[in-house]
Amino acid sequence: MASIHVDIVSAEGQIHTGEAQMVFAPAEMGEVGIAPRHTPLLTKLVPGAVRVQQADGSELSFFVGGGILEVQPHLVTVLADSALRAKDADEAAALKAKQDAEEKLAGAKGDIDLAKAQAELIEAAARLQFVQKLKNASHR
Amino acid sequence: MPGSKEIRTKIKSVKNTQKITRAMEKVAMSKMRKAQDRMAQARPYAEKIRRTLGHIAQANAEYVHPFMVERPAKRVGLIIVTSDRGLAGGLNVNTFRVALKALREYKEKNVEVELALIGNKAVSYFKRLGGNVTATQTHLGDRPHLDQLLGVIKVMTDAYREGRIDRLMLVSSTFVNTMTQRPQLRQLLPVEPVKDEKLLAHWDYIYEPSPAGLLDFVLQRYIESQVYQAVIENAACEQSARMVAMKSATDNAGKIITNLQLVYNKARQAAITKEISEIVGGAAAV
Repeated sequence: MASIHVDIVSAEGQIHTGEAQMVFAPAEMGEVGIAPRHTPLLTKLVPGAVRVQQADGSELSFFVGGGILEVQPHLVTVLADSALRAKDADEAAALKAKQDAEEKLAGAKGDIDLAKAQAELIEAAARLQFVQKLKNASHR
Repeated sequence: MPGSKEIRTKIKSVKNTQKITRAMEKVAMSKMRKAQDRMAQARPYAEKIRRTLGHIAQANAEYVHPFMVERPAKRVGLIIVTSDRGLAGGLNVNTFRVALKALREYKEKNVEVELALIGNKAVSYFKRLGGNVTATQTHLGDRPHLDQLLGVIKVMTDAYREGRIDRLMLVSSTFVNTMTQRPQLRQLLPVEPVKDEKLLAHWDYIYEPSPAGLLDFVLQRYIESQVYQAVIENAACEQSARMVAMKSATDNAGKIITNLQLVYNKARQAAITKEISEIVGGAAAV
């Protein structure tokens, strides 16, 4: 039976590596299912569960808070984000680094809290959903 | 017994210093192990994203991202990674030496340089030296987190996007082994991907949603992972450099104590001999 190699990594460590029959991932345009010999695909991930169907039929579930999905015919790579990310938060962080430079080299705080809180909320909601799904699955 | 009190005080003070350096050595030793673990943990991500980038470079894409296009370097961005604290031997000095050499070369070629500094030591160094500093980040702690670096990275990548800089370089210490750390100058932008895998002859990705946004996202992540890797590697370097420096400081303190003890014993012996000869001389006179 054909199988596809899966690597799930985040900046803080390797999460999973192994062979799979099928991989499901929460892509930005909707959930995608990847079977062996899938055509090359590159897409962003949103917070949610990456599910890996192993060769023996068992399924593994991993939570990702967003990231990148790269598919080659023989290979699936999930580059998970470890940090919470929001576009505004990035902007605010950049602004802060600049201000820091000015302050330190010559001698105000940015308003990053709202953007960061929003990103945290989205991630927390997705995480909660993931946990609930796992719970339901184990009850059945 | 002249000077013996001074010598005793000196021995005591050196002993106290030795206690401190020995404690610092032990602390650095335990921190070093954790820092090395973190460095190893971050490696898979860096490897995988490099591989993905290698794939992207081989795709016959209709869209080529500006991060992958070489252009003449009129202005250069330089990210310098140092530690927050000192007492780490020649670690930061060696990093600055490499950075200054690069700065001098750019100056000769009339290339302007924008600096981004990570770590307290770099900030205070360039505060004294002067220079065009656009972004700084300090107080990363023992466990640097990607979150803390995003601001600095964004400032530099935005500068590249807007054409304010044409090249982005990184100076940091690389970890060879516990005894050796080597400062290194590396190019981050434009990206030079490694094409070590052979893929199909003619193919391109399905991009969801658009190639431009996606490649931007991937390349941004790639730069972030490179800088993050450099910072945690630097943290591991810092701890091992400190451990070695403190070990030699402890050894040197031991040597000083031995020498001082010898001087003290001689002085004491001389005083006793003198006293005896005085007594004998006195007795003979009577």
